Amino acid sequence: MSVGDVVGLVAVGVAAGVASGLLGVGGGVLFVPGLVTFLGMSQVEAEATSLLAVAFVAVVGAWRQHGYGNVRLRDGLLVGALSPVGVLVGTELANALPDRALAMSFAGIQLFFAWRLARRALKPPAAAAPSAPKRPAD
Amino acid sequence: MNARLARLAVIGTAGGAFSGLFGIGGGTVIVPLLIVWLGYGERLATGTSLCAIAVIGALAAAAHALHGNVDVAAAAVIGVPALVGVVAGVALQQRLSERAVAGIFSVLLVLSAIKLAFF
Repeated sequence: MSVGDVVGLVAVGVAAGVASGLLGVGGGVLFVPGLVTFLGMSQVEAEATSLLAVAFVAVVGAWRQHGYGNVRLRDGLLVGALSPVGVLVGTELANALPDRALAMSFAGIQLFFAWRLARRALKPPAAAAPSAPKRPAD
Repeated sequence: MNARLARLAVIGTAGGAFSGLFGIGGGTVIVPLLIVWLGYGERLATGTSLCAIAVIGALAAAAHALHGNVDVAAAAVIGVPALVGVVAGVALQQRLSERAVAGIFSVLLVLSAIKLAFF
């Protein structure tokens, strides 16, 4: 990992965190392209690595949210505990798909997020006024 | 298994599949389902989803690690600054225009998608 790579990753990380804290867009949607761009990872490698970072940030975020009373711990843990079948299916599919196909699917997900964010950017101020924060914001 | 538990299982399975397949948290799937199926308010759904993602992300990372694809050092280099970013993003909530930031990130995501698709 060169100095340039580290600087790039740090910048992407900060940007992803800001997006997460301010907009509730998850970090992964920015982590993955950041890892591909600066470390030349394959799509599945970038996704795998992103998941570790996502888990780490989510643990810290959930801890804070729990302190504010925004977490139903039992339900949250149950959803997580009941996910293994889905996780395995998703992971195996990600590894079975050709890199290109996985990358194109991911690009599709990015466009979906971009569309939702664009709607938010274009919403008239009066409608956007309510204070309720967005996931997983504080 | 009662109906409520079954719903949580479906949410977890869907979130887990999304997460394992795309390398992202899965909140996009989990939050709306908590709201619509379990009557959660938005803030509680968001916080509870984050808790679920912590578990799902760890499980998905472990599953991917079995394929040898997780780079722990890279995850740290990108993940630790993200924590700083989250704190900054929340702190700047009053100063930054949410709509402007949303617009900027929307463009960034489109550019990233184009790069992924064509380059």
